[in-house]
Amino acid sequence: MNGARVEFRGLRRTFGTAVALDGLDLTVEPGELIALLGPSGCGKTTALRCVAGFERPDAGAVLVDGDDITRVPANRRDAGMVFQSYSLFPNLNARDNVAFGMRVRKAPAAKRHARAAELLELVGLPTHGDRYPHQLSGGQQQRVALARALALEPRVLLLDEPLSALDAKVRVTLREEIRRLQLSLGITTIFVTHDQEEALSIADHVAVLKEGRLEQSGPPAEIYDRPATPFVAEFVGTMNHLPGRLSGDEVEVIGQRLPVQGHTPGATDVDVLVRPETVLVTPAEDGEALVVTSSFRGSSVRLLLRLDDGTEILADLPGHDATRLAPGGRAGIRLVERPVLVAPRTAAPVEVLTAAE
Amino acid sequence: MAALTPTVLPDVSAPAHVPGRPRRVRVWRGVVLVVAALYFLAPLLASFIFTVNDPTQGFTLDAYGEIFPADGFAQSLLLSLGLAVATIVVVLALTLPAMLAVRLSAPRLRPVMEVVCTLPLVVPPITFVAGISTVLRWGPDYLATTPFYQTVMAIQNPSFPVVLVIADVVLALPFVYRALDSGLGAMDVRTLVEAARNCGASWPHVVFRVIIPNLKSGLASASFLTLALVLGEYTVARLLGFQPFSVWIVTVSGANAAMSVAVSIFSLLLTWLLLLILSTVGTRQRSGP
Ligand SMILES: Nc1ncnc2c1ncn2[C@@H]1O[C@H](COP(=O)(O)OP(=O)(O)OP(=O)(O)O)[C@@H](O)[C@H]1O
Ligand SMILES: [Mg+2]
Repeated sequence: MNGARVEFRGLRRTFGTAVALDGLDLTVEPGELIALLGPSGCGKTTALRCVAGFERPDAGAVLVDGDDITRVPANRRDAGMVFQSYSLFPNLNARDNVAFGMRVRKAPAAKRHARAAELLELVGLPTHGDRYPHQLSGGQQQRVALARALALEPRVLLLDEPLSALDAKVRVTLREEIRRLQLSLGITTIFVTHDQEEALSIADHVAVLKEGRLEQSGPPAEIYDRPATPFVAEFVGTMNHLPGRLSGDEVEVIGQRLPVQGHTPGATDVDVLVRPETVLVTPAEDGEALVVTSSFRGSSVRLLLRLDDGTEILADLPGHDATRLAPGGRAGIRLVERPVLVAPRTAAPVEVLTAAE
Repeated sequence: MAALTPTVLPDVSAPAHVPGRPRRVRVWRGVVLVVAALYFLAPLLASFIFTVNDPTQGFTLDAYGEIFPADGFAQSLLLSLGLAVATIVVVLALTLPAMLAVRLSAPRLRPVMEVVCTLPLVVPPITFVAGISTVLRWGPDYLATTPFYQTVMAIQNPSFPVVLVIADVVLALPFVYRALDSGLGAMDVRTLVEAARNCGASWPHVVFRVIIPNLKSGLASASFLTLALVLGEYTVARLLGFQPFSVWIVTVSGANAAMSVAVSIFSLLLTWLLLLILSTVGTRQRSGP
């Protein structure tokens, strides 16, 4: 394993009155890919820039393998970075871009070229060495940028939304290639994204940030299935807010009693957070819900249902069920029996949240 | 001069040929071109005819022949070119790092810098010279007993008056600022600098290997504007009593009318030639090797 352990310790950074990082604590294990996920402005980029050395924290420290690197200048840090915007040097071709760092270190030309060719091969652009950045597509430019970041064999790889400027299809292929590369090189990687699907699909760990603090960190499945807080629950994936009544450690929601997970708010009237895929829908003439809309997504279909009391519920079903549940029809609803998260009742009694869609 | 500068300003890679451009646009383009050409070429042609047409002998190139051996020609031209080179070096060495620093670490100071750099346009040259000469006169009186006295004398050395370089640097600031600002605006300075730092580059390496190569056209246009300004600068040099090329032209014009016009045409051609050189340097990078 070539990866280093990266630790954020009580990292704090303010810009005037804006608090970008407010005591961020996070440990990234050697060789793991962690996704920093959070809404815009929650300090993801700032955290990454503290590791790269472009931002100096007001308080706290960044540790790499136990060494405090907070005061090390950016050009002496052992971290390769891929930027959100296209960052290739326009005056250099792809090969020289990749070899830039080796050139800085005065490596002999032959060695530089060999290594650059090897890296371009690694990112799938073996024949593009002579092209200039303006002759490359966006996806190709980010591949070259990745090769450049890997050229000095850093022990930490920093990716700041490297795929956000690319179209959906390229984004999916490239993120999988990044993952493959990362696994084969065993390099510790911090991947910033605000795309939850991206985070869940390639990361070993997902760290959800909120207003400059760590909200929860854990494996993707845990973040999705057992969100520690309502904020995480709503940010990752889609959540229904259903009115419920607490009684003991159970909650009553649309005629069912489900165990409550995590801490409970003081009041008895609460919102119960339910994933659309845990709503079971069956066509039924005398069902309690009306199918309002149905949006077909290929493999799945998302229904918006309305109960007689006005509560709206989103439900995800396999795509082939779409025809049986057309808008206007009635359906029966059940929730999967599993612990649910509850949150204090929001002002509006009926609300459907589709956060981070 | 102003009409020439766009050629060296940061090259927008405009499509060379747009097929199917409306006919009317093409006609108007032609009209504008012809009018502009007439406006520029007519006086030039008239001047040229004046220099080669002797009332008694008819066609003759004597006026041009007289330029080179003329007293003080080579000396003043070399002085002007030397001043121009020194001014370009100094003004770029001052403004580029300052502009980078402002862009990277104090973006809020940009308006301040812009105003400061534009001031020389607002202050009339005559006021400027009056100030300089007052300081130069005042200097010896008060500094006679200090080592600065030597300095004040040295910068007024007529064979290379450093004081003119200083004055020209100030006069060139607005043009250099504009040229570099648009050049820097055309690239994502922060990201490029950070990418280079991330690859281990020291600050000087960043400036010389990343910023300057990508700022060639901006630097070329800044250099050209400065060159043109220094070659044509008359007021300050004349009032401080130095004799660069522009002052020399005016001096000889009293003696030989035909020759002074010939010198003007010659200096125009020289400026064009230098412009051509600078603009090829500035644009070569885009096409790539
Ligand atoms: N250079 C700066 N000057 C002033 N404020 C800044 C600066 N950089 C960041 N901020 C502020 O710090 C906060 C965190 O910014 P940051 O760029 O880290 O967010 P982010 O999580 O990366 O957001 P996004 O997903 O939109 O990229 C924001 O409120 C932002 O306005
Ligand atoms: Mg960001």
